[in-house]
Amino acid sequence: MRYIRAFLKFWYDFIVGDDWTIAASITVAIAVTYWLVQSNIQAWWLLPAVAIVTLGVSLWRAVQAE
Amino acid sequence: MSGMFLILATFLAASIEGVEMMAILVGVGATRGWRSTLLGAAAGFAILAGTTVALGTALLNLPIQRLRLVVGALLLILGLQWLKKALLRIARPGARRKAAAKSQMALQPEPHGGIEWYAFVVAFKGVLLEGLEIAFIVVTFGAEADQVGRAAAGAVAALVVVGAIAFLIRGWLSRIPREWLRFAVGLLLATFGTFWAAEGALVRWPGGDLALLALLGVMMATAFAYLGLLRHNATTNRI
Repeated sequence: MRYIRAFLKFWYDFIVGDDWTIAASITVAIAVTYWLVQSNIQAWWLLPAVAIVTLGVSLWRAVQAE
Repeated sequence: MSGMFLILATFLAASIEGVEMMAILVGVGATRGWRSTLLGAAAGFAILAGTTVALGTALLNLPIQRLRLVVGALLLILGLQWLKKALLRIARPGARRKAAAKSQMALQPEPHGGIEWYAFVVAFKGVLLEGLEIAFIVVTFGAEADQVGRAAAGAVAALVVVGAIAFLIRGWLSRIPREWLRFAVGLLLATFGTFWAAEGALVRWPGGDLALLALLGVMMATAFAYLGLLRHNATTNRI
């Protein structure tokens, strides 16, 4: 049980880290990109744009929390 | 395709994938510890070798798009987290000690005799994904010319050359301040992650693989702009 908990905690720390909004927004952005591509829209710009905005928001949240 | 031309073509194609693989390995090794990184890389190569030997040309049926999607998404998320921590620590040296104490794991040296799992997993994923792409190149080029052996020789030569260069710059990297190294690795992981995750979502990048360089430039410019803002904010708050 201890190993399973440690395993799950490792993956939680690896993916979610100290700001869950990064993982959430990237996951949503990938899903939307896939959907747009399926609708014949080459949305190559979406993921970089979301990554840039997400990093900015996460930095802002960290500064506000200090 | 003549023998020499086949070797050269495979060498060049595999070199590009090899550079991506080594960039991840060298960056992670220099920031999180070499032993765990090399163990992760060895595990990745072992799985890769087993898969390649077991599947042969059936390798081409593997769902590489899905693998790109998963690995890319994970690397992007991890890269953004590293970049964020590095930016905060570079811009606000005062908060650095507090943050380091808070997130012990981030600055902890590699555990003696143990494994640093972050380094292991990132190295493993990097080697597996890039290695699979190299294997695809070998199988595709080799099968087309009916000379898989020569194609494999070109790919192995590319990995040896790129690996030797990575080994040579290892010492130089250790002289770069840790937070700047973390910044560079975060930047690389976020760039490769964005590229692969989008490809996994079936995006076609304008300019093909060259888009990777443009993406790196955009990410770097953004990171420096955020760093400037954070420094400005820190100075204003002190006044």
